[in-house]
Amino acid sequence: MAQIAMATGFILILIGLYGALTNRNLLRMIIGFTIAHSGVNLVLVAVGYLSGRTAPILDSAVPMAEAAERIIDPLPQALVLTAIVIGVGVTALMLAYAYRIYVTKGTLDIGKCRELKW
Amino acid sequence: MSENITLALSLLLALTMIVAAVMAVRGKRSLPIAILAAGLVSLLTSVQFLLLAAPDVAMTEAAIGSGLTTFLFFFVLSRVRGGVDD
Amino acid sequence: MIRRAFVLLLLLALGAIFLDLLLGFVPATELNETARYYAERSAADLGTANITTAIIVTYRGLDTLGEVTVLFLTAAIVGLVLSWGRRSAEGPQRQLLPTGELLTTGKNLLVPLILLLGVYVFVNGHLTPGGGFQGGAILASGILLMLLTDPMKRFSHGMISAVESFSGLVFVGLGLLGVALAGGFLDNRLLPIGTVGELFSAGVIPIIYSFIGLKVGAEFSSMLVNLSETEDS
Repeated sequence: MAQIAMATGFILILIGLYGALTNRNLLRMIIGFTIAHSGVNLVLVAVGYLSGRTAPILDSAVPMAEAAERIIDPLPQALVLTAIVIGVGVTALMLAYAYRIYVTKGTLDIGKCRELKW
Repeated sequence: MSENITLALSLLLALTMIVAAVMAVRGKRSLPIAILAAGLVSLLTSVQFLLLAAPDVAMTEAAIGSGLTTFLFFFVLSRVRGGVDD
Repeated sequence: MIRRAFVLLLLLALGAIFLDLLLGFVPATELNETARYYAERSAADLGTANITTAIIVTYRGLDTLGEVTVLFLTAAIVGLVLSWGRRSAEGPQRQLLPTGELLTTGKNLLVPLILLLGVYVFVNGHLTPGGGFQGGAILASGILLMLLTDPMKRFSHGMISAVESFSGLVFVGLGLLGVALAGGFLDNRLLPIGTVGELFSAGVIPIIYSFIGLKVGAEFSSMLVNLSETEDS
């Protein structure tokens, strides 16, 4: 279970990086980055999964006394929650810059942005 | 029994996610389809989080990763019509 | 195509590293020491039923403060980048058909319900899955619905930034009060812990998480409003 999710996450990272590195359209590159971001989150959550246990929320099914034997690791979840929110902020920033490049240059093709090329 | 069903569901999700991700990054499809495929990857990731017993993360991914990000892309896409090369 | 070969080589190397990590991964069968501490102590010490919330708001509250700061910076930079060279909004830039009756009625029906759901999600963050970030995103999606049904609507930037700064101020202020009156920065025992599982429990965690929700909602809304106010090129 955890291994399947982890393998999927790694494959998503590779696909996303491939898309970001080979496409010339800025929006397609950003799409590649968001897919790689989903993959990283999947790997992190899969690390915290313990087989046969349940979510870290106490209720009648998971009483306080036996919580340590019944729940999975809550720490990677808190980490990934932070990462998702930061990720959408970074995506919005990349999209805003892509829009600025389009307004100043009239194109989204990264091959036509040559000012810093050497 | 339910363990096997979860495992089968997880495998199915993994395959669908990989197909959708390949659709999103290959340059052949039009840009709206690529954006929707990336949104689909995000949505299926949130189902996978639910199977991994992480409901908090699943909610966040569904609301933020799959909902808001897709709309941000579409806002920008509607502003750059004509600059898109395909 | 030397560039493509280089990219494939890089991905192959990364894939080899990932394969090594995957084959060497042994799933744990017991919680590690930190996780065990959180699992055993968070309900007794802090009174939260949702342990993830306890970690986000109290144990690692400083991280969350940093995260909210990063989000604020991103929203501010998006606004700055998009406002470069924006012509003054004199007169309508484009003529749109007026919104239909069906769309307006549907919006009027749905937006209050969506906002209510958002508030419900972040007020119950210490009991059920969910919390400030999810609730804030739901609030922002209510704003998004209003933007989609009426594209010419102009939101008051002043109000959005007022909500945002007030929530941030309350968040930091409650943290500092924790230093003065309880155990340390962002300690939630300013108010009585109460019984685990009730709405009014867990000290100040529901209050802090609600203000995080308002702040996150205001930040996402300001990003969406800024993006939608860019002109048609």
